[in-house]
Amino acid sequence: MSMLSFEKKYRVRGGTLIGGDLFDFWVGPFYVGFFGVTTIFFSVLGTGLIVYGAAIGPTWNIWQISIDPPDLSYGLGFAPLKEGGLWQLITICALGAFGSWVGRQAEIARKLGMGYHVPVAFSVAVFAYFSLVVIRPVLLGAWGHGFPYGIFSHLDWVSNVGYQYLHFHYNPAHMIAVTFFFTTTLALSMHGGLVLSAANPPKNDRVVKTAEHENTYFRDIIGWSIGTLGIHRLGLFLALSAGFWSAVCIIISGPFWSRGWPEWWGWWLNLPIWS
Amino acid sequence: MSERYAWSNFWLGLGGAVAAVVGVGIVSTFEWPDTESVQVGYRGNGMVQIYNQVSLANQVAQTSFPEPEPVIEPAGLVASEIYDNVQVLGHLDVSDFNRLMLAITTWVAPEEQGCLYCHAEGEELSSDSLYTKRVARRMIQMTMTVNQEWDQHVAPTGVTCYTCHRGQPVPDNIWFLDPGQWRTTGLVGNPAGQNMPATAAGLSSLPFDPFVTFLEEDPGSSIRVAGLEALPNGNRTSIKQTEWTYSLMMHMSTSLGVNCTFCHNSRAFSDWEQSPVQRTTAWHGIRMVSELNADYLNPLQNEYPAIRLGPTGDAPKANCATCHQGAYKPLYGYEMLVDYPSLAQYGPPELQDPPMAMPAATSQ
Repeated sequence: MSMLSFEKKYRVRGGTLIGGDLFDFWVGPFYVGFFGVTTIFFSVLGTGLIVYGAAIGPTWNIWQISIDPPDLSYGLGFAPLKEGGLWQLITICALGAFGSWVGRQAEIARKLGMGYHVPVAFSVAVFAYFSLVVIRPVLLGAWGHGFPYGIFSHLDWVSNVGYQYLHFHYNPAHMIAVTFFFTTTLALSMHGGLVLSAANPPKNDRVVKTAEHENTYFRDIIGWSIGTLGIHRLGLFLALSAGFWSAVCIIISGPFWSRGWPEWWGWWLNLPIWS
Repeated sequence: MSERYAWSNFWLGLGGAVAAVVGVGIVSTFEWPDTESVQVGYRGNGMVQIYNQVSLANQVAQTSFPEPEPVIEPAGLVASEIYDNVQVLGHLDVSDFNRLMLAITTWVAPEEQGCLYCHAEGEELSSDSLYTKRVARRMIQMTMTVNQEWDQHVAPTGVTCYTCHRGQPVPDNIWFLDPGQWRTTGLVGNPAGQNMPATAAGLSSLPFDPFVTFLEEDPGSSIRVAGLEALPNGNRTSIKQTEWTYSLMMHMSTSLGVNCTFCHNSRAFSDWEQSPVQRTTAWHGIRMVSELNADYLNPLQNEYPAIRLGPTGDAPKANCATCHQGAYKPLYGYEMLVDYPSLAQYGPPELQDPPMAMPAATSQ
């Protein structure tokens, strides 16, 4: 297989986190590694179990296939395969696959002598999933609090769990998370626009502008520029905060607040300043 | 330079201290994770009631569950043969009648007044001079109506005077017309109660008084606002009307200590086939309360002294909280009517003294 001239230089052995030389090779453009193998193992097994669940389920309609968690009565124990046990196995596979992917990202970063920013960032997404299917169910005492794996069914779950707290928009962590999601898209679009405006100038100009133009642009507008490195730190912070507060907002719903979210704001109404 | 570092240390320290105080304050507004869950629908569908054990235990601890009065040997004579002016309970054996009077005294009358709360001191027992006695008679009729006519809402537990009164002459959870003088004004003001936390609506800023519309006037008319098709074909219901419905729903949720999924699968609020059976019970409950307000509670306005009336001079009225008081079933389903079957149905009119026409059976 053809290889770009610089690729060979960076295809260095070693730097693995686990397994030493085992699987320390590339297949075509892809690095394999121990975690690549475990990723494949968990993904194939998990997907196979989902297909099996669909096969023994009532429908092949792609929208309606659903792998449901056990009844709450099973608590934190194992459920029979056809009554939620499949969901439990698939959850283990999903966490195994996502965790392996983090490990693979970390090993590639080590080989290249880079920082761990990518695996750390992806870990926040894994943490959000882990919150939904492990942390919150464990705090509430039953795996049945996890969400079902199905296109429509998981939306039904989101809707009903939202209505468990009457009005989910009053959830303070949900507010913070939503704000970070919006801010992330705002920052990304502004950053994209700024870079394009400098690197892709009007046709009648054709002189590509530099990062100093970008800085000057923002200094002229708001008196300050966050800078070329800083904007990426900000972007990472905004995006990870969105995922992190999403996880917080569902963990606190139930374990740490069992009533309607509007009622939680009673502390504000009862502040000694005006009450 | 060192002075600049000192200042930045000062601000960092101050900021950290404020953050710590605010952080501890915010953490203290939450509950400790010790919960009890009740699954309503199919597994994984998210239709679940989640209760905090500590809050629930506190709530139950504040509820008294009275022991039934000991049953007295039947005397063989009905009350209307012994007493005068027994218009509603004249058919009861006199032992049963007196036992019920004792029970009502402990359920409703202030301890220091006892029988004298309704029976004026120094007058015949038959005297109707006190408003409390006249109201009590009507309330007994209302209790019988609820048990006899509204079994789809209250069976098999049924209701007694204690369901609402809980040992107090005036039940805790009654409502009056809201003159609305506390509405927000100015730029954030809104005549329907927006931007103002409404107790009736679970502290959300939804309309503050869903009761007049839905629990007094015409419940069937306008609660259901959802369209029945995916696209808005012909459904002219406004957002504002929807908020009135949500306000009522918030009241029901708060009154029963349950969330929306107790009665609804939120993927299709309006679809009866996907709704838990509790929604049917609630449907009857809304109509029951509306009828009780119209037929029993509002007409008593002229009987009450001014102190018992609301700010606009209206009679005290019932809503879901009047009986439920935060429990999915009043008294968490503790059965009292079974010990007082005399409250379960009307007696024969001819055995009353004077014989009277009982309240007309109302259609549901």
